[in-house]
Amino acid sequence: MTDFEQLKRVASQVRRDIVRMVHARQSGHPGGSLGCADLMTLLYFDHLRINAPEFDMNGIGEDVFFLSNGHISPVFYSVLARRGYFPVSELTTFRAIESRLQGHPTTHEGLPGVRISSGSLGQGLSAAIGAANAKKLNRDKHLVYVLMGDGEQQEGQIWEAAMYAGSRKTDNLIALIDYNHKQIDGPVDEVMPLGDLKAKYEAFGWKVYETDGNQMEKLSEQLENCRNEAFKGFPQLILMKTEMGQGVDFMMGTHKWHGIAPSDEQLEDALSQLEETFGDY
Amino acid sequence: MMKFTIQNHKDTRSGFGDGLFELGQENDKVVALCADLTGSMKMDAFAKAFPERFFQTGIAEANMMGIAAGMTIGGMIPFTGTFANFSTGRVYDQIRQSIAYSGKNVKICASHAGLTLGEDGATHQILEDIGLMRMLPGMTVIVPCDYNQTKAAVKAIAKLNGPVYLRFGRPKVPNFTPINQSFEIGKALVYQEGTDVTLLATGHLVWEALQAAEQLAEKGISAGVINVATIKPLDESTILEALEKTKCVVTAEEHQQFGGLGETVAGLLAQNTPYPMEMVAVKDQFGQSGTPQELMKLYQLDANAIVDAALKLVARK
Repeated sequence: MTDFEQLKRVASQVRRDIVRMVHARQSGHPGGSLGCADLMTLLYFDHLRINAPEFDMNGIGEDVFFLSNGHISPVFYSVLARRGYFPVSELTTFRAIESRLQGHPTTHEGLPGVRISSGSLGQGLSAAIGAANAKKLNRDKHLVYVLMGDGEQQEGQIWEAAMYAGSRKTDNLIALIDYNHKQIDGPVDEVMPLGDLKAKYEAFGWKVYETDGNQMEKLSEQLENCRNEAFKGFPQLILMKTEMGQGVDFMMGTHKWHGIAPSDEQLEDALSQLEETFGDY
Repeated sequence: MMKFTIQNHKDTRSGFGDGLFELGQENDKVVALCADLTGSMKMDAFAKAFPERFFQTGIAEANMMGIAAGMTIGGMIPFTGTFANFSTGRVYDQIRQSIAYSGKNVKICASHAGLTLGEDGATHQILEDIGLMRMLPGMTVIVPCDYNQTKAAVKAIAKLNGPVYLRFGRPKVPNFTPINQSFEIGKALVYQEGTDVTLLATGHLVWEALQAAEQLAEKGISAGVINVATIKPLDESTILEALEKTKCVVTAEEHQQFGGLGETVAGLLAQNTPYPMEMVAVKDQFGQSGTPQELMKLYQLDANAIVDAALKLVARK
């Protein structure tokens, strides 16, 4: 049985890590990171069938996760560290010189848990399809997951990949979109509206589900449902409605906190809203 | 001095296709991806023999590069196949982030490079690809000269763990290097020693350089010929050693002067001994429609152009 109370305590600590990392370097992307903290905690501490803390690049015999919207690296790094892939103390090096925790995730410095570089948007879905193809050739029944941003759906490569996965029935792939309706320049609907994203993916042959990305119980149920629906001849997508900045009241309801750092006072305010559950790094 | 004779005329892309097919038989981790150019790339034999390991992506090169990067995760050795233009410029950021920076073991195999693509014209005749790929950290860049060498290079790059750009072409050209040779990545091949001038050539221009050396010999000029089949990493010691004797060099390539073999060698010499140099290459121009032979003549990428450059150099020395 999934212990949601425990998972929420982990997510609270992850959110503290996120705001502390971005504050310490006065650089990074807190908004989307906070919005995806529930998903990432749920994936790494419950849903994914992984050999953590052991890391193997090929990921044979385990589920594999890709972060396509690499700018939300703070939540990725926090969850990987808290899951034991590397020391939690290393979070102090986020975005610092000669760190394995680069501004955007990379394999280049050999950080355990990261399987491809991301940051330039639109590329993760293709990589995930490739890993899914490799799993089939290896007769590996584990699944491949990829998280994308909603603004990222404006990239052309996404639709090349969507077409491929639908037509080739990449049914060991579960994609997620962080649907917070915000991007750097403002609301997605103003910058470049996505239209009916659900209908668009469905037209490419995907099964698409909508769920609340900040309610772990619902999200967990949806992920389990997707696992049960795998290997049935279609790729799956979860449109995950989230709140950018979730958990820190002054960062919510605006696109402003996409990529800026809190001041000392704002950090104190944020931390007062997030319980320290597993000890700050 | 090696004496070369033409065994037959074959296209280098067939060397790729035949090498890939043999690799498929030898190694079940070798997979191939193609963006709607299976026939032009000569990948049909592989696709037919190993359908489970052949991935048709449609006209979607960015996605193809990403899928190839992802397939390395799980231990596959992906070979992507499309024209050089669509293998590089069109997908530069995908290669840069998902393959090069990620250190993925992808072999980017590119046909129809340069002017000898012919009648399709400048939209398809990429002359900048060597430069683009050479600039990426960790990228190996190989430009074989004929069918036999291309086939050998395909086998060799499967054994190297890391990203590779393999550039070859469309037309049937003289096939003159040894059959069943082994290809050593990073090794420039000294085909002929000389005392007056060294000709450094790559790709289709290697045969032209050999012809140029014969013409120069008739004029009493001793020309060395080196096949620089690996542009990166460059075989610096072989080149510098040859130049100690001749003290001048002509480079020859079917590529833009900017970023290609010529500038690569110029950089080497500038940081060691700056010998006089001439570059046979395309001079900041786009190509155009025409037959391969017409184009190589018009853009001065043939034996005559190499001879002229060598004569100019020897006079300058």
